[in-house]
Amino acid sequence: MKNFALLLEKLILTASRNRKIESLAAYFKATPDPDRGYALAAITRDLSFASLKASHLKNMTMEKVDPVLFGLSYDYVGDLGETIALIWPRHEKGELPSVAAFIDLINTTPKNQLAEKVASILDMADPNERWAIIKLVTGNLRIGVSSRTAKMALANYSGHALEDIEKIWHGLEIPYLDLFEWLDGKAEKPDIHHARTFHPMMLATPIDAEKDFKKLDPADYTAEWKWDGIRVQLVFDGDHKRMFSRTGDDISNTFPDVTEILHGSGVLDGELLVGHNFDPLPFNDLQQRLNRKTVVRKHLTDFPAFIRVYDMLFDGLEDIRHLPLTERRKRLETWHAAHPNPRLDLSEMLPFQSWDDLAVLRRQGADEHGHEGLMIKRKDSTYVSGRPKGPWFKWKRDAMLVDAILMYAQRGHGKRSSYYSDYTFGVWKGNEIVPIGKAYSGFTDEELKRLDKWVRANTIGKFGPVREVKKELVVEVAFDSAHESKRHKSGIALRFPRIHRIRWDKPAQEVESIQAVREQLNLM
Amino acid sequence: MQPADYAIVTHGHADHARSGHKNVLATPQTIEIMKRRYGENCADNFQPLAYGEPLKIDEVTLTFYPAGHILGSAQVLLEYKGQRAVITGDYKTRPDSTAAPFELVPCDLFITEATFGIPVFQHPDPQHEIKKLLDSLQEQPERAHVIGAYALGKAQRVIKLLREAGYNEPIYLHGAQVKLCEYYQSEGIDLGILLKATEKEKAELKGRVVIAPPSALKDRWSRRLPDPVICYASGWMSIKQRAKQSLVELPLIISDHADWNELTETIIATGAHTVWITHGREDALVHWCRAQGLNAEPLSIQGWDEEPEE
Repeated sequence: MKNFALLLEKLILTASRNRKIESLAAYFKATPDPDRGYALAAITRDLSFASLKASHLKNMTMEKVDPVLFGLSYDYVGDLGETIALIWPRHEKGELPSVAAFIDLINTTPKNQLAEKVASILDMADPNERWAIIKLVTGNLRIGVSSRTAKMALANYSGHALEDIEKIWHGLEIPYLDLFEWLDGKAEKPDIHHARTFHPMMLATPIDAEKDFKKLDPADYTAEWKWDGIRVQLVFDGDHKRMFSRTGDDISNTFPDVTEILHGSGVLDGELLVGHNFDPLPFNDLQQRLNRKTVVRKHLTDFPAFIRVYDMLFDGLEDIRHLPLTERRKRLETWHAAHPNPRLDLSEMLPFQSWDDLAVLRRQGADEHGHEGLMIKRKDSTYVSGRPKGPWFKWKRDAMLVDAILMYAQRGHGKRSSYYSDYTFGVWKGNEIVPIGKAYSGFTDEELKRLDKWVRANTIGKFGPVREVKKELVVEVAFDSAHESKRHKSGIALRFPRIHRIRWDKPAQEVESIQAVREQLNLM
Repeated sequence: MQPADYAIVTHGHADHARSGHKNVLATPQTIEIMKRRYGENCADNFQPLAYGEPLKIDEVTLTFYPAGHILGSAQVLLEYKGQRAVITGDYKTRPDSTAAPFELVPCDLFITEATFGIPVFQHPDPQHEIKKLLDSLQEQPERAHVIGAYALGKAQRVIKLLREAGYNEPIYLHGAQVKLCEYYQSEGIDLGILLKATEKEKAELKGRVVIAPPSALKDRWSRRLPDPVICYASGWMSIKQRAKQSLVELPLIISDHADWNELTETIIATGAHTVWITHGREDALVHWCRAQGLNAEPLSIQGWDEEPEE
């Protein structure tokens, strides 16, 4: 555990990717099985166990330290796990378990005794080890290492090609004993059944409408709506039925209503949505069902899941990724007709002659149906994993904009814990200002520094980590959509608001009233 | 901070000692440090007062006691009609071979700093931090290790800790560190061989320890170093996100201020029934004192920065 904690600290404090890879490679080389395998799984976020919630740990800590002092500490540090690691009041001598032994302990301890068990291990750890243990046990490492970087480290330490490791990756099982045996040169490459594993997805790049369209011939492309769900891959062959998220997480058990009725075999790429009769409900409804280990029965009837399929990677057991998109689409249509399924439908292909036609479609889709935008794919594109520039584009609809007045600022968390980086803003309602939303992104680091300085210089009140500021600074807020909301004083809620521009020049008096904003948003 | 007719200066750091006062009362070392930093004439008149020597000013008797913070740092005891008040200035209670050890002064009113006055600050042993540095030097012999350390106090303490851990190689200094290191050595604190980093070829600094002011770490100055490991010796470094924000690769939690445990233990040990808290996170310490049944008030000081360099 000690070396794992040191590794995590190094990874979080090293900005250079090459140096991260070196640190990881050195760790894999020096650490025995099965520890290194569990560490790898933790870093690639493939490790899942009966994790302890951060709030659980917080309650446990509050029993041991004064809650007021804990609150002040958390406000200051900004990161719950780190606060607990630093403030932990008991220190005892003892031997920490290895990473593997620790994970085994977590998996075998009854749930109601888990917190106590973890506490007794924290007692024996130093602050850095406590920080690593808490990160591990809450399943949230956030150390700035992608799964791909970890695999590059495996390639680096073994001399095998990254591509070869990626190809077998999703068929491997934790703690990857066969993988490390191969990497160490002691065994052959593990044999993986390709029709049963996750295949890294092909992703689209944003299109630059001004520049890109001039160079592209519309006859070479197809278009579909960009659906507002989550991207999934269905992998099924007889009784083996799986649903994977974009990152390769197995989410089959969260959506049994789709997974269990799959029949035949193949690998399909599509959008997971919820709704009746293939009519998608808002993303918020889908969100109710995400990130749950157990299924809420009511959700199965209120928010039934379905997949809007747009591509096929394997037809039966045949890998068809090398075929052009139009060929794969034909195979998909044939397969779909032969395997009717009440939870699978096909994503519609939109007819268009010119890019101007498509622009009209995009605007109508957004205005009349709330579509997020369009996907534009080259007809002859083969299915390759990753995000190659070009063959697939996404063309999002334009963001909506509104000017608002900065009202409150709160210190950020994590990397931004010393900056006032979370902003609440509002618009006029008569002579008062009512909040319409909160944003913590959209600005550059330079702008953040300037905003932080402005907040400190213009504070008129402090409430814990929140500062109330003079109602003088105007920000232009971009957002994807607006909805009625009874929870907000202004009556509206913005979806994904972010700071678009800071209007250092604009007087607050010129900001619109809530009534004008509602009219602009068609909320009457 | 406004120039005053009479200033009692606890130690030489820039947030406590400024030029332009008419009369300065301080320990001989603090006066020497002020002169070296701000010039011989940085005050009209200096009155040196050694530790432990009482000075009568009208009805009040004033005595300096070592604060253990840096060379020359003092706590101030004020006695008036049997009442005793202690102003700590900045202090720490753990051992430091570059400063006279902190002396506990029993009192009725204790006016304490609170730079690290929240319980997340529990500084590790400095020896442990120095070992981290020595390990890193061994693991990465191709890279210079540049340590951000405040020019007065912290720089000399880090050098001394390295020497005490058996590190006998020359240590390289940023130009801004030289003057005060020389003064420490003239006071009999042996810092070993110190060389100027600026006069060296890049290649010569591979695997070497370089000490620089924190502001130079991100500056063009550090470009002269071979692929440096950025280290920072400060109590703030116990917060990882803080280290990450400052682009510090190797945080060294070495502080010249009392941590939470030192603050709370000292408050109890003085026997004071009233505690005024200043310079830092007053609210947590005020809360803690009141929970112990002590009278406690935050004391705001004009012109004091929210977060000093340490």
